Amino acid sequence: MSIPYRVLIGKPGLDGHDRGAKFIARALRDEGFEVIYTGIRRTAAEIAATAIQEDVDVVGLSSLSGAHLRLFPEVIKELKDRGGADIPVLGGGVIPDEDKEQLLAAGLRAIFTPGTPAATIIQSFSDACKQQ
Amino acid sequence: MPVNNSNSLLKGLAARDPRAIGKAISIVENNGQGVTEILAGLDRKCIEEVLVLGITGPPGAGKSTLTSSMISQLRSDGKRVGIIAIDPSSPISGGAILGDRVRMMEHALDTDVVVRSMATRGRLGGLCASAGATVRIMAASGCEVIIIETVGVGQSEMDIVRLADITLMVLAPGFGDDIQAMKAGLLEVADFLVVNKSDLGGAEALVMDMKQIFATKEKESDIARVLQSIASENTGIKELLDAVQRFTTYLTINNLKKQRRKKAMEGETLDWVFEMLRPTLTRKLVEQTGQEQIDPRVRAKELIQQMLPINYHR
Ligand code: B12
Ligand SMILES: Nc1nc2c(ncn2[C@@H]2O[C@H](COP(=O)(O)OP(=O)(O)O)[C@@H](O)[C@H]2O)c(=O)[nH]1
Ligand SMILES: [Mg+2]
Repeated sequence: MSIPYRVLIGKPGLDGHDRGAKFIARALRDEGFEVIYTGIRRTAAEIAATAIQEDVDVVGLSSLSGAHLRLFPEVIKELKDRGGADIPVLGGGVIPDEDKEQLLAAGLRAIFTPGTPAATIIQSFSDACKQQ
Repeated sequence: MPVNNSNSLLKGLAARDPRAIGKAISIVENNGQGVTEILAGLDRKCIEEVLVLGITGPPGAGKSTLTSSMISQLRSDGKRVGIIAIDPSSPISGGAILGDRVRMMEHALDTDVVVRSMATRGRLGGLCASAGATVRIMAASGCEVIIIETVGVGQSEMDIVRLADITLMVLAPGFGDDIQAMKAGLLEVADFLVVNKSDLGGAEALVMDMKQIFATKEKESDIARVLQSIASENTGIKELLDAVQRFTTYLTINNLKKQRRKKAMEGETLDWVFEMLRPTLTRKLVEQTGQEQIDPRVRAKELIQQMLPINYHR
């Protein structure tokens, strides 16, 4: 039997839209991932510290309220500060196209917006985990 | 900076480095490179001294919330705490959602609270196969108290009683059917019964009912074994931990903690013996031909006799 990948799904900031995050968490579970879910309204530092403790292969961040440009890079910085610069970070939610480039430049591995099929997202998690 | 070889991991554990702790647990859980060196290199004195508390009870009774409030109390007493939170793996996909942490996030930035969420990965009995090893890794990283939250499905979750020094069963008003199912089972072997959600109606009746079941145990050590809590409001937690502390002393002076540990280590060793033999035995079985007509119990005996010099009387 193969070893399950471990991923963390986090919701940084004050955004309370958790349907997407939970949808992704369940979809990943149904594909054999072990998913640590942090719940809503976490700080970037809390998400990063949890990811390190839980030794996850990948971190996934969800944001629908518009604070992604500040919060996603902050999580990456907090991970780096804790010796986790090697952990890939994926993002998703309501994110305008013009912000995507900026997030990718800040170190996010990929960004997925509403309407993306679950299979595409799972594939992206698998690829990122495999490289770990 | 990736930490990988077992020596630097062991050094990292002793230095309480969160990344090293997480990596060491993963290696052990996944049976990865260096697992033997890591486990053999752990500080035995830390392991001997750590206090292992098991928290079990039906889903929704408040195990995770209680664990979080116990962490707060233990932290204000200056203790470094480890938490192993176990959730079931899906039997179909093998995946799992590990959600106990949601209730413990207030401690996320406290470096003296070490949390690891683990999936059962096919193991029955309420724990995962590496729960024991994870306890010992956390102990070696300086944790003084370790709390294990089991899956919590009820009657058959006996593994926790073996692994933990002290087992707490958490119930709440409104869990009548679950309680009936546990009467011949975990309820009989738990050391403490915590009636959580005591802010809800029906708590007093539940306490009365449980006091009756725990009467003999209360007499034997003269320590209250049925306690009440409102975990969501941090009420009753100090009293609970005081009772646990007194019971720990009782176990220690009567040499019972040592005895429980000895049994736990023997039981876990046996589990691993069977686990490690499984692939070889499976292969031998698959290689056999024309044995389908033999009764499985007779066939098992013959298979073992081919490998080990055992004499069966029956
Ligand atoms: C449902 C909804 C709500 C529900 C939320 C219920 C819940 N518990 O989640 C309720 C009614 C509570 C709500 C409230 C509000 N909402 Co609202 N809400 C929506 C709505 C209509 C749909 C969101 C949704 O659930 N989609 C379904 C899920 C499955 O999709 P998803 O989250 O987008 O996820 C997909 C992808 O984005 C991606 N993905 C998402 N997360 C992640 C993570 C990773 C790691 C990856 C890889 C992928 C990924 O994968 C998913 C599948 O493709 C959107 C509009 C929209 N079309 O998006 C507005 C929307 C998000 N809401 C909005 C607003 C403004 C609000 C309120 C502030 C309204 C108000 N004034 O009160 C409040 C704030 C709530 C809060 N506390 O934060 C705005 C946000 C505007 C912005 N970004 O600038 C939106 C965009 C509507 C709009 N066009 O104005 N809302
Ligand atoms: N009223 C009340 N609710 C509680 C109490 N403790 C926990 N809860 C709630 O009970 C639910 C289940 O709690 P959780 O800790 O996740 O239970 P677990 O499944 O046993 O781990 C959550 O909504 C908690 O907020 C309590 O003492 N009183
Ligand atoms: Mg729980």
